[in-house]
Amino acid sequence: MKKILVICLICIFTFTIMSGCDNSKNTQNDIEKNVVIVGSTSVQPLSESLAEAFMKKNRNISIVIKGGGSAQGVKAIQQKNADLGALSREVKDEESSYITEEFIIASDGVAVITHSSNNVDNMSIDQIKKIYTGEIKNWKEVGGNDAPIIVVTREMGSGTRASFSEITGILTKNNSGEEVDETTKSALIQNSTEAVKKAVAETPNSIGYISLGSLGDSVKALRIEGKEPSRENVIDGEYKISRPFIYIAGNEISSESQKFIQYILSEDGQHLVEEMGFIPVI
Amino acid sequence: MKKYEKVIEKLILISAMIATISVALITVFIFQSGISVIADYGVINFIFGTEWSPGSGIYGIFPLIAGTLSVTLGSLIIGIPTGIACAIFLSEILPKKFSKYFKSAIELLAGIPSVVYGFFGLVVLVPAIRTYIVPIFQKFNPNVAPTGFSILAGAIILAIMILPTIVSISENAIAAVPIEYKEASLALGANKRETILKIIIPAAKSGIISSIILGMGRAIGETMAVLLITGNMAKVPSSILDPVATLTGTIAMEMSYAPPSHQKALFAVGIVLFVIIMLLNVIAQLSVKGLGGKRN
Repeated sequence: MKKILVICLICIFTFTIMSGCDNSKNTQNDIEKNVVIVGSTSVQPLSESLAEAFMKKNRNISIVIKGGGSAQGVKAIQQKNADLGALSREVKDEESSYITEEFIIASDGVAVITHSSNNVDNMSIDQIKKIYTGEIKNWKEVGGNDAPIIVVTREMGSGTRASFSEITGILTKNNSGEEVDETTKSALIQNSTEAVKKAVAETPNSIGYISLGSLGDSVKALRIEGKEPSRENVIDGEYKISRPFIYIAGNEISSESQKFIQYILSEDGQHLVEEMGFIPVI
Repeated sequence: MKKYEKVIEKLILISAMIATISVALITVFIFQSGISVIADYGVINFIFGTEWSPGSGIYGIFPLIAGTLSVTLGSLIIGIPTGIACAIFLSEILPKKFSKYFKSAIELLAGIPSVVYGFFGLVVLVPAIRTYIVPIFQKFNPNVAPTGFSILAGAIILAIMILPTIVSISENAIAAVPIEYKEASLALGANKRETILKIIIPAAKSGIISSIILGMGRAIGETMAVLLITGNMAKVPSSILDPVATLTGTIAMEMSYAPPSHQKALFAVGIVLFVIIMLLNVIAQLSVKGLGGKRN
């Protein structure tokens, strides 16, 4: 008898698990309107939590968020494949022709950090670029002790790495116009903000970069061109390594998209922006 | 009774099929997704290319292969002697009533999540290597990598991680050696050391080798722990203090962001990993045969 019982239980378990797979599809029938957002992977986590909060309040609108990078976001708007494009950088001049509206939803600074014992406080963007491309290899070249610089970077494809290399000029264009990341091959790679922070905190003479929201006492943040990496300086545009998070739209903007943007720019939405560690825009 | 037995038989058959079909599906999927990159890029260029910079479309995975093999080899060099010695100590030297506590402690090691090992390595091992081992090396070679993120760190953590596998399987194999062998050896006047080295270990050889194969499999496939402590620098290493990137670590790190072509290249890395593991298994099994042991 026991055996039959066990077998029955196993069958019941299997069926409940399998039937669970189908349930998720049923709920989608009620949803009529889709908003598709394509673009930056840096904005993606913010978009996702904003969308989640928004969809809780507006059950008839479904927001679909796809990554791909800022360039992909612009392309999607150009080809009308998406309602909104997400960018973690400014819109370039050559792109502005098919973008009718830009909504800055948040901004974010990238802090350059070193080990807490480091005696260098200030650096220029050019010095940072030279360190990350391997041209400057010793701290004494930037006014520090005679010690080799240990460069810590993020993995290829990270949004933070993309905007950091873009702003500092590590990303250059080669002869055929393709973008090339010139980060030195001798850089340690850590695959998250926390891992970079930990590695820099533990390794004397190291340098790394993380999102401003993740700064802590364990590491020392450098001044860039004399400016502290602070919320105020990012908002004023004084701190150079910062980036806006932008949604862009083409000619036609649906009422659902507008509703979502209204929500983001509302007090609730901006509160969520701040909770995620980014800088609210209003 | 017979009816139930048939049902159970069918259930077991289904379970066996699920396992086999999963392997087949995964194999087909990995090959389907990645083979085109290898074909376009050229097998030789892909495997022996020394530059991995997917952002610029350059996929040479030799540094990654070197990274994986060096870390795995290091972990085996540390893990095998320790593990086998531990197994002998537990089954032959330590009295039974103490050995069970040791055994459960070692088995507990297997239950610790790998990311915890990685974090332990990052916070304890990497700084320890930087403060104590790097200065020793610097006396001989001033240009040695000073960070502590290294093959050595990865090898030590992996050695700890494969210990439970090696110890428990080897210990079982040693315990399964018939008591008559030991008695006969001792009766012929051999002392305890001679009995262990010349009778018990050769008799338990096939079990010990299986434990090493399984341990090696775990070491090659381990991702999270290694990702945190080897520095992930895609360069061919020249000393055990150099940072390296492994095949698994690179896949885990880059997969989530990768654009389609890069993603295909990562699947191709998966194919190479797959082939390496198959080759090592075959070599290991052949060497067991060559040594005259039997593998069940």
